[in-house]
Amino acid sequence: MSESDKKKPNRRDFIVTATTAAGAVGVGAAVWPLIDQMNPDASVKALASTEVDISGLQPGQSITVLWRGKPVFIKRRTQEEIDSARAVDLKDLKHPEKDEDRAENPEWLVMLGVCTHLGCVPLTDKGDYNAWFCPCHGSHYDTSGRIRKGPAPTNLEVPKYVFVDSKTIKIG
Amino acid sequence: MSDHDYQPASKLGKWFNDRLPLLTLSNHLQEYPTPKNLNYWWTFGGILTFCLITQIVTGIILGMHYIAHSDLAFESVEHIMRDVNYGWLIRYVHANGASMFFLAVYIHIFRSLYYGSYKSPREVIWIIGMIIYFLMMATAFMGYVLPWGQMSFWGATVITNLFSAIPFIGESVVNWLWGGYSVDNPTLTRFFSLHYLLPFLILGLVVLHIWALHVPGNNNPIGIEIKKPSNDTVPFHPYIVVKDAFALLLFLIVFAFFVFYSPNILGHADNYIEANPLVTPAHIVPEWYLLPFYAILRSVPDKLLGVIAMFAAIFVLVILPWLDTSKVRSAIFRPIYKQFYWFLVADVIILGYMGAMPAEGTYLLIARVATAYYFIHFLFILPFLGKKEKTLEVPLSIIEPVIGGSPKEAMAKFKKEI
Repeated sequence: MSESDKKKPNRRDFIVTATTAAGAVGVGAAVWPLIDQMNPDASVKALASTEVDISGLQPGQSITVLWRGKPVFIKRRTQEEIDSARAVDLKDLKHPEKDEDRAENPEWLVMLGVCTHLGCVPLTDKGDYNAWFCPCHGSHYDTSGRIRKGPAPTNLEVPKYVFVDSKTIKIG
Repeated sequence: MSDHDYQPASKLGKWFNDRLPLLTLSNHLQEYPTPKNLNYWWTFGGILTFCLITQIVTGIILGMHYIAHSDLAFESVEHIMRDVNYGWLIRYVHANGASMFFLAVYIHIFRSLYYGSYKSPREVIWIIGMIIYFLMMATAFMGYVLPWGQMSFWGATVITNLFSAIPFIGESVVNWLWGGYSVDNPTLTRFFSLHYLLPFLILGLVVLHIWALHVPGNNNPIGIEIKKPSNDTVPFHPYIVVKDAFALLLFLIVFAFFVFYSPNILGHADNYIEANPLVTPAHIVPEWYLLPFYAILRSVPDKLLGVIAMFAAIFVLVILPWLDTSKVRSAIFRPIYKQFYWFLVADVIILGYMGAMPAEGTYLLIARVATAYYFIHFLFILPFLGKKEKTLEVPLSIIEPVIGGSPKEAMAKFKKEI
């Protein structure tokens, strides 16, 4: 064969390329179910929302409920706690968020009780800000659940929730 | 090599061996020429094989009684401990066996570091070994989750959350690992499945590890290439077999001490409390064999960089054959490397201790210095030292310094050391 014959693709090259491409798509399609089966299944997704009765909570008290296998903190804040959360300068925050955006009804703070570092449950009314403190690796959160000190990268996450009526919160 | 010419004595043996040369393999393993100066640090390969088989056998038995379900797992483990005949023994052997396995593997790795066994032409043996070590850590971690105690649950939560540090896709990856939005029953069942699988992968890699070893043959305490077979070698059987068996016996004394006299000393009391997703234990501490890496993770104040540092600590070991530029293998002939070697041993022990302490104040400071030194050792000291160090003169063969006639000072020194 001459040089020019070598460079020119022939029918065999076409068959090899086409077979490889079709094979790759086929293998991909066959492997995907084997991978996707590990994602959250229908029964897990079905438990996506939960309703909580909050009528018994006095100012300063908080409860922890389970939602999607994770703890959710519901805190009825005192006026003092609200004031201290709202007085903070956004420049002092590692993850700047206004307290007004985190707690639309200022008395009620609802957030996931999962430290954004590595997933431990922070302790309530502890730490430098007398709010939340994660014992695992020492992250301190303020009265708005915002990260102030320690390794956690972001504030405690606020889930989607609505007040169904004055006594009930629906999370999810 | 002579074993290629091996002919079975019996007619049946010859008939079979012509069709599947298993008898040739068996003959090779017996005749395999081994350096005659191997010391007791070389017996840990055999000990590790024993550990792996023990874990597989006890594990298969525990799998007959254990129930992988978040509501039943904790009670099924107590059932094994209280009701199953000898269940307590089998579980304690399995649980302490994991610790003994890591004890032996750390000695095995540090032996390799001291005598330069990872260097050319043994890089592939070393890399396979590192893959085995990594799989061992994954297997041990998943096994620790199965009893579904507080440490199981929260250890699993912290370690799986490491993957949430991956930018953009981190959360999807973690939900995929969990099969939900937190560590829960789907996580437990898949960990059980993988915990059952991985030891068999390790077994396969052990076969490759030994195969790769049998190509260049064993390194030895003076780290020189030897002629095989020659005056410098002895056949594996019976010389090394007997030595390995004696070392195994001594090792079993330590093993038995833990199993029978302090079976829970290496565990955590918190793991006898059933998993509770609402309460995190005050101090989450991994098993002792993972502590140095845990200390590295915590000593970096940034989440993603901490995770990267932890995996990098393992990865620098994988590329070690190319980081250590010295042509001389054994630390016996490297006076300066020998000192840095012991600094590294101390550094890893300090890291392990800091990993068990709360990450604050002085502990955190020491952990940070030790983490920095760990990387400095591999990334700066080793490449530099290999080029600058003045090494002692290496003997030409194992028997040369012993039979005498050598005027060289280094050889006289070596004679003293044996």
